Amino acid sequence: MKILTGNDLKSGAVTWWDGSGWSLHVEDAVDAGDQAETILAAEEAARRVNSGYIIDGEKTADGVRPAHIKDRIRALGPTVRPDLTLKPADPNAGNWVI
Amino acid sequence: MYKYDSYDQAMVDTRVEEFRDQVRRRLDGTLAEENFRPLRLQNGLYLQLHAYMLRVAVPYGTLNSAQMRMLGDIADKYDRGYGHFTTRQNIQYNWIKLDETPDILADLAKVEMHAIQTSGNCIRNISSDQYAGAAADELIDPRPYAELLRQWSSFHPEFLHLPRKFKIAVIASATDRAAMRLHDIGIEIVKNDAGEIGAAFYVGGGMGRTPMIAPLIREFVPLDQLITYSEACLRVYNRHGRRDNKYKARIKILVHEMGKDEYTRQVEEEFAHLLNQGIEPPLAELERIKAHFVDPAYEAGASDDLDRSDPDFALWVDRNCHAHKQAGYVIATVSLKPVGGIPGDASADQIRLMADLAKEYSFDELRVTHAQNIVFPHVRKADLYALWQKLAAADLATANLDLIGDIIACPGLDYCSLANARSIPLAQKLSERFVDKQEEIGELKLKISGCINACGHHHAGHIGILGVDRKGTENYQLLLGGCEGADTSLGKITGPGFDENGIVDAVEKATEVYLAKREDGERFLDTYRRIGVDPFKEAIYG
Amino acid sequence: MVEAQFRFRSDEPVADPAVTVDSFGEQTNAAAVRLEPGDDARDLLPFVDRLKLVEVNFPAFTDGRGYSAARILREAGYEGELRAVGAVFVDQLGVLRRSGFDSFAPDQAIDPTDAEAVFNRWPEVYQATGDGRQPIWAKRAQGNISNESNG
Repeated sequence: MKILTGNDLKSGAVTWWDGSGWSLHVEDAVDAGDQAETILAAEEAARRVNSGYIIDGEKTADGVRPAHIKDRIRALGPTVRPDLTLKPADPNAGNWVI
Repeated sequence: MYKYDSYDQAMVDTRVEEFRDQVRRRLDGTLAEENFRPLRLQNGLYLQLHAYMLRVAVPYGTLNSAQMRMLGDIADKYDRGYGHFTTRQNIQYNWIKLDETPDILADLAKVEMHAIQTSGNCIRNISSDQYAGAAADELIDPRPYAELLRQWSSFHPEFLHLPRKFKIAVIASATDRAAMRLHDIGIEIVKNDAGEIGAAFYVGGGMGRTPMIAPLIREFVPLDQLITYSEACLRVYNRHGRRDNKYKARIKILVHEMGKDEYTRQVEEEFAHLLNQGIEPPLAELERIKAHFVDPAYEAGASDDLDRSDPDFALWVDRNCHAHKQAGYVIATVSLKPVGGIPGDASADQIRLMADLAKEYSFDELRVTHAQNIVFPHVRKADLYALWQKLAAADLATANLDLIGDIIACPGLDYCSLANARSIPLAQKLSERFVDKQEEIGELKLKISGCINACGHHHAGHIGILGVDRKGTENYQLLLGGCEGADTSLGKITGPGFDENGIVDAVEKATEVYLAKREDGERFLDTYRRIGVDPFKEAIYG
Repeated sequence: MVEAQFRFRSDEPVADPAVTVDSFGEQTNAAAVRLEPGDDARDLLPFVDRLKLVEVNFPAFTDGRGYSAARILREAGYEGELRAVGAVFVDQLGVLRRSGFDSFAPDQAIDPTDAEAVFNRWPEVYQATGDGRQPIWAKRAQGNISNESNG
């Protein structure tokens, strides 16, 4: 799947295109398919996303999985500070990144 | 240390308002990201892996307790309760919001701090010796020269759109504690045969993709020509540095491709021309700045005795305390590398505690080192035990300065969008592996970079580790024999890379070779230089 | 020749087309020249007295060579119009002016209110750049200060 990701302009938070807006959670990411570039350009121009880009990903049993480890770390948070991630209560969250 | 006058204050205050206006225009859409990006970078604001990251300047690594306290308060008020001290003596916050950044800069300006030019293609924070003004081996305190250069380089109209970033270090002792020759310009304050003080200029050093040791360009620049000579060096770079390839745009490439002699010739020509342009401040300005850097009011006749009966204290004294030029005083280093911890990170509470301790025990002054530690530069021996106890209570008394546990590591892929691999988990594993052996091993500077940009200075590590991307997985290369002092050398890659567990084992094997082969008080680096890389390669790769 | 949106001169702008540096030397009565980033401003020094207009092109605002070119010309005594053209945006206007430019011809028109704010932003300057502004170190030398530290 082609996933759109970027950062919120004001807060800097990592966001994922969920089909109608930008979610903080990679699980909500949709396949933007061949509309990816068009959507991204429009969203960037409207300032609903900043420095967005297109990545590969796949739907797995665990949910949406970005292809590259860097984007998985973006999706979760720093592996060395579980308390600062999106899943502070999940001790195994870091394994998903690798 | 330097205190702003009303002019300096006006400059930082104006900068805050300028950036506030730029942020407003970015948020309302009148300023596009591609135009805004260089502006926010020159205010220290990166768009990083998880959020905006703000890099606050600690000019030549010196700050007072009020400033340190503000850094702690900023971590709580605007970030997530901690900060990261960097290999260029600055501090970074990882969870910053764009619309709050002008307020952060305004808070910083209240204590004479800023984030000016800590990123972008401009002259960056000028670094210096963390023992400046306290060490017995310095010729003179280098920091007034760094301050003079800071003011010259701040908002310099000609040099805000350089081909690439530009890093300057200033030292004033033969013992180079600032990795001076691995900078774009390294300045050593020296004395010539006539007994005059001036500056030796080394230009074209750096790490990153193509590490180079800066050659000597000019042996002696008189103090009243320091700015003019610096300007000449920068102008030649601005005019001729490569702009076609981001990876070949540093001045080290220009000096290398042009040749040191031709670069020098052009600088000298530009310098001769600029001498007639009246751009040099009078010596009185340097004297005015120097007046801020006088010795603190040491207690005369302070006792040199130290009660070493507490063995943990004695260990910390031996490891983390350095001789001071004044009898009865020491230079104390706070290690921000607790066993299994994140190198260089400190919580807001720890930062505020260090601020309070500096006020009480170190004449209100602290330093940030490029090894990501904190220094109390002027501690009375009589106070040392009390200081240590308070540090120990806050997990700030790890006795590992310059041991293998004193790891220098960039934030790596956990925080940085440029990285190929994570560096912090590796540092944590290494720290734990060697906790019981580090004393026996002795001095060993271990430096980890998560990518070729080398923010962890891995080229200059006695052992260096470089994180790479090997077909989508994290992989680590091992380098041996780097050194950043007066005998600067660049580390050599030993062979194929390893996964995370493999590199920890490889480092251990390297230390075992050293322990087996060392002679007569040799450090790891000395043994390596004597026996060469082959015994290490054999042990590691079999 | 590109018309300036902002101009800090009282004389009339020259109407001559700005020729390239290469052809300038051959045209003995040309009074206007355009400098590209790769040109050497010092090639113009023999003609400083003849020149009435130098346009310095910024194909990208991030290419800072034009700033050095401007200073070199002013340092050589050039008193004619020094015009920044091309990718000139509002946030660079003040810095361009400090470097010696006295007119500005951006590809995209700049909001005049924003421009005025930028031109007037900085009450003090740290460096002597030949733009006539007295740097802070000179003011200090004259004793024009409250020498109090803050706080």
